Amino acid sequence: MSEKSEQQRLGVFKTYKLYVGGKFPRSESGRVYEVTDSKGKWLANAPLSSRKDARDAVVAARKAFGAWSGATAYNRGQILYRIAEMLEGRRDQYVREVADAEGLSKSKAGSVVDAAIDRWVWYAGWTDKIAQVVGGGNPVAGPFFNLSSPEPTGVVAVLAPQESSFLGLVSVVAPVIATGNTAIVVASEKSPLPALSLGEVLATSDLPGGVVNVLSGRTAEIAAPLAAHQDVNAIDLAGADEVLAKELEIAAADNLKRVLRPQPVDYAATPGIDRMTAFLETKTVWHPTGSLGASGSSY
Amino acid sequence: MPTNASAAAHALTDVTASDSTLRRFLHGLPGVDAVGLEGRAASLGTRSIKTTAKAYAIDLAISMVDLTTLEGADTPGKVRALGAKAVHPDPTDRTTPATAAVCVYPDMVATAKEAVAGSTVKVASVATAFPAGRAPLTVKLADVREAVAAGADEIDMVIDRGAFLAGNYMKVYDEIVAVKEACGTSARLKVIFETGELSTYDNIRRASWLGMLAGADFIKTSTGKVAVNATPANTLLMLEAVRDFRTQTGIQVGVKPAGGIRTTKDAIKFLVLVNETAGEDWLDNHWFRFGASSLLNDLLMQRQKLATGRYSGPDYVTVD
Amino acid sequence: MASVFTYAPAPESRGIVDIAPSYGLFIDGEFVEAADGKVFKTVSPSTEEVLSEVAQAGEADVERAVQAARKAFAKWSALPGSERAKYLFRIARIIQERSRELAVLETLDNGKPIKETRDADLPLVAAHFFYYAGWADKLEHAGFGANPKPLGVAGQVIPWNFPLLMLAWKIAPALATGNTVVLKPAETTPLSALFFADICRQAGLPKGVVNILPGYGDTGAALVAHPDVNKVAFTGSTAVGKEIARTVAGSRKKLTLELGGKGANIVFDDAPLDQAVEGIVNGIFFNQGQVCCAGSRLLVQESIQDELLESLKRRLSTLRLGDPLDKNTDIGAINSAEQLSRITSLVEQGEAEGAERWSPACEIPSSGYWFAPTLFTNVTQAHRIARDEIFGPVLSVLTFRTPDEAVAKANNTQYGLSAGIWTEKGSRILAVAGKLRAGVVWSNTFNKFDPTSPFGGYKESGFGREGGRHGLEAYLDV
Repeated sequence: MSEKSEQQRLGVFKTYKLYVGGKFPRSESGRVYEVTDSKGKWLANAPLSSRKDARDAVVAARKAFGAWSGATAYNRGQILYRIAEMLEGRRDQYVREVADAEGLSKSKAGSVVDAAIDRWVWYAGWTDKIAQVVGGGNPVAGPFFNLSSPEPTGVVAVLAPQESSFLGLVSVVAPVIATGNTAIVVASEKSPLPALSLGEVLATSDLPGGVVNVLSGRTAEIAAPLAAHQDVNAIDLAGADEVLAKELEIAAADNLKRVLRPQPVDYAATPGIDRMTAFLETKTVWHPTGSLGASGSSY
Repeated sequence: MPTNASAAAHALTDVTASDSTLRRFLHGLPGVDAVGLEGRAASLGTRSIKTTAKAYAIDLAISMVDLTTLEGADTPGKVRALGAKAVHPDPTDRTTPATAAVCVYPDMVATAKEAVAGSTVKVASVATAFPAGRAPLTVKLADVREAVAAGADEIDMVIDRGAFLAGNYMKVYDEIVAVKEACGTSARLKVIFETGELSTYDNIRRASWLGMLAGADFIKTSTGKVAVNATPANTLLMLEAVRDFRTQTGIQVGVKPAGGIRTTKDAIKFLVLVNETAGEDWLDNHWFRFGASSLLNDLLMQRQKLATGRYSGPDYVTVD
Repeated sequence: MASVFTYAPAPESRGIVDIAPSYGLFIDGEFVEAADGKVFKTVSPSTEEVLSEVAQAGEADVERAVQAARKAFAKWSALPGSERAKYLFRIARIIQERSRELAVLETLDNGKPIKETRDADLPLVAAHFFYYAGWADKLEHAGFGANPKPLGVAGQVIPWNFPLLMLAWKIAPALATGNTVVLKPAETTPLSALFFADICRQAGLPKGVVNILPGYGDTGAALVAHPDVNKVAFTGSTAVGKEIARTVAGSRKKLTLELGGKGANIVFDDAPLDQAVEGIVNGIFFNQGQVCCAGSRLLVQESIQDELLESLKRRLSTLRLGDPLDKNTDIGAINSAEQLSRITSLVEQGEAEGAERWSPACEIPSSGYWFAPTLFTNVTQAHRIARDEIFGPVLSVLTFRTPDEAVAKANNTQYGLSAGIWTEKGSRILAVAGKLRAGVVWSNTFNKFDPTSPFGGYKESGFGREGGRHGLEAYLDV
């Protein structure tokens, strides 16, 4: 994004914006902060999200929850796969952004982006399988049939990992929405640009607006109102340090949010299903069966 | 007790106007959840009836027995013995109440009538080509008229299960109405559904309402001639029906479980069902009966046990 | 002949249970006094008679118990699963053998009818141990990885409404997975847990694997805060659940919470009405309504409201309130004076807010803690009795016009534990069940439990599941 010689045309900068409710607003605060690469060179100004932005994102995520959780698992899988397709087409952009953000070589950044794209594909395939893996019928000792099925927890606040600005981000967002939750993602504070760009892909991947909402800014500042928000059902603390994580977990207790504590994760490795099950509820539905003619008149 | 038939006429006139209105009404009754119904019956079955309550229940049960013999091998002698037993169930203890009735085939009505003469015991007769009910209506009606003419106080008719299962409710209805008419004013009509053949609880509820709409004085579970007869659950369901029918029409109808009730413990469970479902208005042999034969001896042995503190044995009650 | 069928008293014999005048804490396989010598009394809520004096665990005792559990953990977790299984099978069998004794004990200490302890609590307790016993040597097949590990020492705090059953829900999966436990029973119902300690002795369970610490809230608080506890499991009020969540915040303790509820029991106009009435009664009067998953809000379709309420009132008039040991008692005592005053105050508030209160004619015994079955009509979503968990035999009746409205009202609560649906239309059951935000949905039935079936809430009813394969997760390092 910088001119190498005077002959080269002057590049066009991108104004990075938030992604909330399917739209690209600036921060309600009107403030931005400077984002630099790993060597301290200016890359862009990112929106500095306020409490109000967090609140708007929760409203958008709640609004989107009904339709997204009610969509068929097959449909969600198709859309997650579409995200991978769209990313693949814009691979170069993300390689550049990840390289800048994380100080990686082009080829290292390339494999990170590839892994991120593949992760979407992996979760796309999970949408219509997780229920069979973690749900099922229970052999009740009585004339009843019951079935336990996983259901999405609801609106999930996700603090994206601070270091792995893109693969880490995808690795925490995809499992949340694969199962039908909607998400408010707080991008890596230092390296938010890949996350903000992801919004552009999401917006063109048939993902309904509000399913993923991306905020950038000071993690602690944005996370506090999210952790305390009564209409947020869960929080992934991946991007919080120990002190912040404890504070947020305490705040989250006010409405008993499901809390996924920060833990060391190798984002390059194939994930397990834990990040999905952390944001799933189990619903068990019962119904009497009756017996066929055992008592002569029984159903 | 409310027996004003015109109330029913007001409340439910339209129901029997045609085959289709009748069908719509019966199919519009609330469904029955089998597990819930059986669960409720089982739960009432855990009531523990002891000491004074047990003594009361045993005498009540004895007074509700329709002492029955319905064998091809029935003879006047057998029927006379049955009648004597109905009048004095326990010859060693004259405080024992008489049974409600003896129940016999139509050709034995006259004999039975003689046997119970001078007592409170009624004579009930099965009729309408019992137990299958597979005969022309004229034959069924003749069967009823003969029994009534011979002095039957009560007629236990069977419905045409075939017509019912074929969805021909009006035919079943008309037949009950005709039999009721043949009973005249002197005989009370018990309508047997043969619940084991109707098979589903929804059918039993429909049959109950159908029978009551057609003028049944009693609704009765079964003939005792099929595999499954009276059960706590189907009796509970019929008790709910008579309860609801009285609420809607003001008309009280009796209930008679028959077949398969052999022990005092069973009988008491049924009385608990009556007490806690239809209520105490039905705790009287005018409104509740047991169609049974061997039950009586078990009730008598339990009665002796309560009186003496010793367990009794079959040698101390009379064989029929 | 008398015209009324009056049931003579049919009391279950109390002689089957031998309650000692005093009990200690159960630590490391021994009954011991509290370090500070403190004791408290446990009373029978139906008579206010003191049943026994029980040692009250303090912080020092928590320390000892956690240490004992820690010490026992190494061996217990290293045992082959098949051996752990056999201990649990033994426990299940001994519970079956002693079930009448335990039922009478539970009825005495808790106040609930013997009919329930005998026919519901105890069979479920034994079944729960039997179920989890079988898991102990099959954990690698449970879907939590090839070699799932126990967490360590589990600190468990249980409520008074199903004392022994809640103990079973906590201890059985914990032991099956190889954890050791320190369990605090509720202060009003410590006895069955102490009898369970004796069952552990009979089963030959290694000492320290199960430790029982009777006490009040502060004992529980000390237990969940103890740094050497790896897992916290709590069943109780939402307020305390939140406090515990704050306590364990920032630690590595795994937490599961099973908290309050305000379950909606939705009756559509095509319901099997007689069974619905039974389900409503069972939903709110089972255990005097002191059930977290109680169907405390009846949502009835407006078109059948009158008919249903008439049936319901008639049915309530047949409920028999009184001596919990009488086999014919349907409604026993409220567990404590404190709970009774909470119920009373919420009910008074309901009246003050304009809801219409109704109870059947019902004689209340002169001693003990009692509350007549109560029904409120003219209740709206705005009434406190439609929002707060009353935890008593009090039903709030609300109406709806359409399925959408029913779902919206059912979900309009901070809780999400249970719900009921009554309709003969299969597609409506599935549609409504799918939209209800509740962990357990009973259609055309209510308050059914089974060890194979996961139980637990959405939203502020807590998180984690107890029962079934799902119940293992809470005690495994996954």
